[in-house]
Amino acid sequence: MARTAPRERLAQEETVGVRPPRPSTARARGLIGPALTLGAVVLGVAAPWLVSDYWVDVAVFWGIYALLGLSLNLIVGEVGLFNMGHTAFFAIGAYATVILNQAWGLSLWLLIPVAGFLAAAAGYGLSRPIIHLRGDYLLIATIGLNEILRVALLNNPRGLTGGPNGVILLDQFRLFGYGLDRPERFYYLVWGAVGLVVWGLLRLQRSRIGRAWNCVREDEVAAEAMGIDVRQAKLLAFVLGAGLAGAAGTLFAAKMVVVSPDSFTFMEAVILFAIVILGGMGSIPGVLVGSAAMMVLPELLRNFAQYRMLFFGAAMVVMMIFRPQGLWPSRRWKAQLAGEREP
Amino acid sequence: MTLFVEQLANGLTVGAVYALVALGYTMVYGVMKLINFAHGELFMLGAYLGFTVLVSTALGGALPAGAALLVIILLAMGGVALLGLTVERVAYRPLQRANRLTAVVSALGVSIFLQNSAMLLWGPRYRAYPGWAVPDVRWSVAGVHVGLMQVLILAVALVLMLGLYYVIQRTFLGAAIRATAIDHDTARLMGINVDRIIQLIFVIGPALGAAAGVLLGLYYRQIHFTMGWSYGLKAFTAAIMGGIGNIPGAMVGGLLLGTLEMLGAGYLSAAWKDAFVFAILILLLIVRPTGLLGERVAEKV
Repeated sequence: MARTAPRERLAQEETVGVRPPRPSTARARGLIGPALTLGAVVLGVAAPWLVSDYWVDVAVFWGIYALLGLSLNLIVGEVGLFNMGHTAFFAIGAYATVILNQAWGLSLWLLIPVAGFLAAAAGYGLSRPIIHLRGDYLLIATIGLNEILRVALLNNPRGLTGGPNGVILLDQFRLFGYGLDRPERFYYLVWGAVGLVVWGLLRLQRSRIGRAWNCVREDEVAAEAMGIDVRQAKLLAFVLGAGLAGAAGTLFAAKMVVVSPDSFTFMEAVILFAIVILGGMGSIPGVLVGSAAMMVLPELLRNFAQYRMLFFGAAMVVMMIFRPQGLWPSRRWKAQLAGEREP
Repeated sequence: MTLFVEQLANGLTVGAVYALVALGYTMVYGVMKLINFAHGELFMLGAYLGFTVLVSTALGGALPAGAALLVIILLAMGGVALLGLTVERVAYRPLQRANRLTAVVSALGVSIFLQNSAMLLWGPRYRAYPGWAVPDVRWSVAGVHVGLMQVLILAVALVLMLGLYYVIQRTFLGAAIRATAIDHDTARLMGINVDRIIQLIFVIGPALGAAAGVLLGLYYRQIHFTMGWSYGLKAFTAAIMGGIGNIPGAMVGGLLLGTLEMLGAGYLSAAWKDAFVFAILILLLIVRPTGLLGERVAEKV
């Protein structure tokens, strides 16, 4: 190419940029995403037959935490609300599942929406008075809510929660007479749910309310000025996120069999929060990767048993320093990260 | 009435410890707008350092009890201050310009790291503080029991808090800290070395936290590697109650939280006292989000 003056070269590049690439490459490029997705799905379906039951179980917990991460991502990632009490809604779903199953013998399939609804209702009731709090104040208020619930569960009100020992679930998921308690069957159940939720959330992200949420996250005042009801948008995200976490609680209860306060400590809330931030806020694939990092990596480090949490903590710091935008950042989140830290 | 006075005395004792820890949270928040989730762990490590010095040295024989106590507290403060500096250098300095939540997750990472370090170093079981450092003297005044340890904790906490208050309000260094808290860039223009001030904050806060850790260990006689989470969270609550970033607020908030907690434990239920504390916090946040002493600032959203 002949040498051109900078200005001309710029103009030239601009035209090149505007011109669409040749059709063949475009088609090939457009196929990479679906091909990778297809590959991942095929691998995912085949996985239980390739690895031991132990790793299938690890993948089940990965799936459950992916669901939780996705539900928290609605609140923290999409709307930018600092919620570190998310395990409260997870706990409500799990306890509701066991208690209602024992009391009325409701089927676990029915309990998924019921637990989700109860957690969503709790999410509405609990977040309504505090949703206006900003940043760190909301963070500490949600931590407080989580602690109050944990103390309540420990104190066994009306003999419902069984105190520190928790409650035992006697039932299992059943499909056409088959029990889903075998690891690989449960694996399909959980990852089927993840697939469904990811599909739904992708639709939601592109919807009007999804864009409104991102607007609130980027600039609340501007969002208000654009005619978005900020309070309603925040509440909706909180309720949906809580409901999804509650539904995940049913799967968790079915997997764990015993539901006790140990599963809903502040540490769990920290892990969920870290899943969203580590994965990349507002990024759905990021949450899947983030939950893998939080649930699968510690299992790989099992050989170092007592040192693994040490590595884990150090890895969180290193990760934040070298890749603050997360493992798989959302494209739409970059603008905010490029800016300065808010005052 | 006796119960009330006794619970009040217990509450003020624990509250003084909360206040010392809360000061570390509030100072870091005031200057860096960062919740230093690792602060509770530094407090816990202070308790463990004090424990190690207590059990491993010959201080008991060589020095009178009071002097030994002073030496132990100072050693723990120094050790934890060094650790605080290291944490700032490793986990926070590289993130000064980063997104807010990034720093929060980094802080949580440090917290997990320190907690597990303590577990590996000192074992997962509860460790018992030896009792010889403070003689178990108790007075009974009109049917109310008060221990020497309680008086001592309040005295040490008071001296430290007054000292800090003096430094912040009356000295040039304090003025520099206050200026940095208001605006980093302007402070820099005035010739203040902002990085130094941040380092200083990470020396003072952890040192006070370490002193609180030793005092709490002596008071309850039991320490555990997870105590940083629970006490840290409560101390942070105290800082928020008083108005985060506000130093007198942290002192008032700590004493108030301790008192409310103990009165709640005495009159309502000991098992529910933690829930009680957080319920008060949430109510306070709803009514007055900036805390009791925090001023209403027109904040940029």
